[in-house]
Amino acid sequence: MARHLLTRPVEWLFVNIAVCAKCVPISAVTIEIDPTTKRVKREGVSHELDPAAASAVEEALRLVEAHGGEVTVVTMGMPNAVDEIRKALAMGAERGVLISDPALAGSDTLGTAKALAAAIKKGQYDMVICATESTDTYSGLVPGQLAELLGVAALTFAKKVKVEGSKAVVRRQTDFGYQVVEAELPVLITVSSGINEPRYPSLKGIMGAKRKEIATYSAADVGLSPDQVGESGAREKVLTVGKPPTRAQGTVVTDEGDGGVKIADFLASLKVL
Amino acid sequence: MDFSLTAEQRDIREAVAELCSRFPDAYWRGLDRQRAYPEAFVKALTEAGWLAALIPTEYEGAGLGITEGAIILEEINHSGGNAATAHAQMYTMGTVLKHGLDAQKRKYLPAIARGELRLQAFGVTEPNSGSETTRLETRAVRQGDRYVINGRKIFISRAQHSDLLLLLARTTPYDELSDKSRGLSVFLVDLTEAVAKGQIVINPVEVMINHHTTELVIQDLEIPAENLIGEEGLGFRYIIDGWNAERILVASEAIGDGHWFVERASKYASERVVFGRPIGANQGIQFPISQAFAHIEAADLMRHKAAWLFDTGQKCGFEANSAKLLASQASWEAANACLDTHGGYGFAVDYDVERKLRETRLLMTAPISNNMVLNFIGQNVLGMPRSY
Repeated sequence: MARHLLTRPVEWLFVNIAVCAKCVPISAVTIEIDPTTKRVKREGVSHELDPAAASAVEEALRLVEAHGGEVTVVTMGMPNAVDEIRKALAMGAERGVLISDPALAGSDTLGTAKALAAAIKKGQYDMVICATESTDTYSGLVPGQLAELLGVAALTFAKKVKVEGSKAVVRRQTDFGYQVVEAELPVLITVSSGINEPRYPSLKGIMGAKRKEIATYSAADVGLSPDQVGESGAREKVLTVGKPPTRAQGTVVTDEGDGGVKIADFLASLKVL
Repeated sequence: MDFSLTAEQRDIREAVAELCSRFPDAYWRGLDRQRAYPEAFVKALTEAGWLAALIPTEYEGAGLGITEGAIILEEINHSGGNAATAHAQMYTMGTVLKHGLDAQKRKYLPAIARGELRLQAFGVTEPNSGSETTRLETRAVRQGDRYVINGRKIFISRAQHSDLLLLLARTTPYDELSDKSRGLSVFLVDLTEAVAKGQIVINPVEVMINHHTTELVIQDLEIPAENLIGEEGLGFRYIIDGWNAERILVASEAIGDGHWFVERASKYASERVVFGRPIGANQGIQFPISQAFAHIEAADLMRHKAAWLFDTGQKCGFEANSAKLLASQASWEAANACLDTHGGYGFAVDYDVERKLRETRLLMTAPISNNMVLNFIGQNVLGMPRSY
C-alpha cells in the first residue's frame, strides 16, 4: 500500500482514498439473529449503505475535492451489496470493490479485516477511511485490525480530517474533549458519527455510476485461503445469543409532603449522599 | 410482462426519497401557513438535477423518459411534500424542445437544465376561456420584427417564481378561422423584463392551497418575433402535444399522495386504541383504507402503461388521461379515508392530513377537469356523440 508521497512534487499532491463501506439492514428493520447460525439475518432483508459509512464516503469525497485524487469504495458482503456500492459511486466515488464469496460467510471481525486488507492491498491508496463502527453490529473492531494488517497508523474517532503536506491531521473526539493527532500518509482513519452530512446522490451521479467500474473478488482472488476466513477461519465463536436483562422498574416517589425526605433517604441508601 | 422497476429507477426513487426526507412535514406545514414558496426545497431539487430529468443530454439534462420523471414527482408527494411547486420546471420546456428552433433550444435548454433559468409558468387559461382553450382572447399582433400582446390570464401558477413564461395568445381572430384549432401561437416571454417594464402585472390569487397561482395582466407587451415557438397559428397543437406528458406526471403526484394517505391512515388505525382495541380492527375503518389502496395500485398500473407507451413513442391519449382520472379519484378516496380514520385529529393542522387533502383535491380539477377526461374517453375513444 505504501506510496512514496514525498518523492512527488508538492503541487502534484493528491490523495487516493479507499473507504470501507458496509451494507446493513435498513434502519426501519428490526435486526434479527438466526438462531441456528447465530448470525444477523441478511437474506431477504431490505438493506442500505450504512449511514456511518456514508459519512466516511462523504469525508473522502471532500478530501479529494480539496486535494485531487480518487475514492474507491470497498465492501465485503453478499452479491446484492453492489446496490450500496452503486450508491457510493452515485455520490461521487470513482470505483467500487466487492469481495463476495460464500467462503467468507461467518467471518469474524479479523476475517473481515483480512479480506478488506487483501483487497485494499491490490490498489494503491494514501488513506483508508472507515466508520468508527457499523450501525448493525457495532463491534468497532475491524478498523483497528485493518490498520494493523495494512501496517499503517490508525487515527480514530475523527471529527475533522485534514491533509497537510504528507500528513493526515485529525481532530479526535474523546470522552474529555478533543485531541489533535497526526500521522504520515498512508494512514487509516475512523470517522465519528455526525462528522458531516452526507450528500445525496444527484441525478447525474446516478446516471454516471452506471459507467463506473465495480470489481468483484472472491476470497481466492485476493489470495485468501478458506482456513483464514469464513466460519472455518474464525477465531471468535458466538456461543449464545440472548436478550439483555430487562431493567428493573424504577422507584416512584409520591410526594405527600415528605417527598424531599423520601428522595434524600433513597439517595442515602445508594450512598450517594 | 415485467412490472418491476429497473435498478436505475429504484436508485432514482431512493435518492429522491432521501432528498425529500430532509424536508419533513413541519417544513411543508410552515410554508402552507405562510403561503410561502419552498425555495430551499426547489434549490436542493435543482442542484441534484432532478428537474432536468427530461431534458436531453445534449442540452445538459439527464435525457430520461417520462417514467423516470413520474417516479421523481410521485416520490416528492409520497414524502408529504408537494411537487406542484416545481413540476412545471420539469416539463414546460417540452414545448421548446419539441417545436422550438435550434437556436432557441441552445439558448434556453442548458440554462434551464442547470437551473439558472426557471421556465415554470405557462399562460393558457383566461377569465373567459377555461377548458375551451380555442376561445382564448389574449391577442398578439405582429408589428415588424416584434409582437405586441394584450390580454389577461388567470390561474397562472408560479409566475412570481419563474424567469420565463410560455404564453399562448391569439394571432388570428377566431371569426376569421375555418379550422378553429388554428390561430393560436406560443411565445417565450422574458417574464422578469416584462414585469420590470410594467408590461405584465402579476396579481397573486389566494386559493385554498399553497399554490402560488396568479392573474397576469398583459398590456402592450412587446417581444421579439424570434421568441415565437414553432410556426405561427399552430400553438394549440403544440400545447396538446404536451398534455399527455403532463397527465402522466400529475397522475404520479396523485399516486404519491395516495400512498402517503394510506400509509398514514393504516399506521394511525393500527396504533390508536378506542374501546380497548386499535380502531383499525373495525372494518368500518379498515375497509375504506384497503379499498383506496387497491384503487391507487390500479391507477398506478394505468400510469405505468401510459408512461411506457409514451416512452416508446406510441399513442397514449386514453391511458394518460385515464391515469390522471383514476389516480386523482383514488387519492381523493384515500384522503377521505385518512381523514375519517384520524377523526378530529385529521382536521388538526399538525397532523398534515388536512393540508394533503386540500392539495390532492386540486388534481381532480386541474390541469384538466375529470369531466373533460370523461368527455374525451366518451367521444374520442368510444366514438359516442359530443357531450359538451
